[in-house]
Amino acid sequence: MALTREQMAQRVAREMQDGFYVNLGIGIPTLVANYIPEGMEVMLQSENGLLGMGAFPRVGEADADMINAGKQTVTARIGASIFSSAESFAMIRGGHIDLTVLGAFEVDVQGNIASWMIPGKLVKGMGGAMDLVAGAENIIVTMTHASKDGESKLLSRCSLPLTGAGCIKRVLTDLAYLEIDNGAFILKERAPGVSVEEIVSKTAGKLIVPEHVPEMQFA
Amino acid sequence: MAGFDKRVASYEEALAGLKDGMTVISGGFGLCGIPENLINEIKRQGIRDLTVVSNNCGVDGFGLGVLLQDRQISKVIASYVGENALFEKQLLSGEIEVELTPQGTLAEKMRAGGAGIPAFFTATGVGTPVADGKETREFKGRTYLMEESITGDFAIVKGWKADHFGNVIYRHTAQNFNPLAATAGRITVVEVEEIVEPGELDPTQIHTPGIYVDRIICGTFEKRIEQLTERN
Repeated sequence: MALTREQMAQRVAREMQDGFYVNLGIGIPTLVANYIPEGMEVMLQSENGLLGMGAFPRVGEADADMINAGKQTVTARIGASIFSSAESFAMIRGGHIDLTVLGAFEVDVQGNIASWMIPGKLVKGMGGAMDLVAGAENIIVTMTHASKDGESKLLSRCSLPLTGAGCIKRVLTDLAYLEIDNGAFILKERAPGVSVEEIVSKTAGKLIVPEHVPEMQFA
Repeated sequence: MAGFDKRVASYEEALAGLKDGMTVISGGFGLCGIPENLINEIKRQGIRDLTVVSNNCGVDGFGLGVLLQDRQISKVIASYVGENALFEKQLLSGEIEVELTPQGTLAEKMRAGGAGIPAFFTATGVGTPVADGKETREFKGRTYLMEESITGDFAIVKGWKADHFGNVIYRHTAQNFNPLAATAGRITVVEVEEIVEPGELDPTQIHTPGIYVDRIICGTFEKRIEQLTERN
């Protein structure tokens, strides 16, 4: 079975480490916050200028001046700080964020990522995604392995305009966890009940399959 | 106005000198921390052919979106413009030009503009359409893009509290682009929720020092929430 969105978030959360500063993109990455292991302390950065994002506000306590990068009302946790957009992107560009999780339309074997623009469709903008992929050392891309029509999103070369070049090393799809190295995807883990053959058939870019590909475990 | 008293009595006075064809830099992220009354005054005055520099362009009927109704904006420099049906329509019909700019680059363009730095190098956008036509240069083995800074004829800013000297503090994440915009306007106008007595603001807590600010006005704000999200 392909992973659910929640399982994808759960799997990504295992990459967290105590004391990490983490930026989570919109969509599946946002769900990762729900699965931070107990006893582990991480600070979530929101690029509109908040480090130490807390839970959503209680009913009736939302504050228009307190939002996250998805424009949702949020709270600040104890230990949080709030600053300007320039300061926020100094943290991001300067490599101070320990882990960035974001979605994509396509990734390729060179570590290129396309996530913001589909030619012919309306272009709404890249927001902070280009800064995030250029600045972070440690990025995990979350996406479905193939489109609804079965077209692979893990390619030899991205077909869409790029968000960043040569910056992606790790991808979690609904079928597999892969790393990118030396011009190839390396299959590291597969979703429970998903065969290596299915992953091979849905990966258009060069894929290295080790002898043993463990199945992800979920409680 | 006398000495360092930067208070003005009306929104009309706050935007005196704003003319057709000018560049206006606006603070705000989504609808958070936007100078909503100054935007409404631009609409009321019917000033046209504006270049607007802002992270977003409001929504239909609120924020910078109100300037789209009478086609007062001819160009937008922004990182994300997706919340606005009228904007999409004008973009597709070619009535409005948009220059999409990565959010961090946009923030730095304003910061640099206000700080007298004409251009800077960033890795953001290298190898993407953002790099088209721009100079690149290698530093320590990595390629960087040259981005030019931005200044505006006017900057419009939303603060929380100010004193008459023009010292401003922002509230929570309504800070966002506001302090950057404040530095980058030839004329910087700040509207706030409260103008406090001199000496009331702690000098160590000032976000925008008064030197950047030309005019201060106190307003009332709707502060619309774009995505109300609560926990049960």
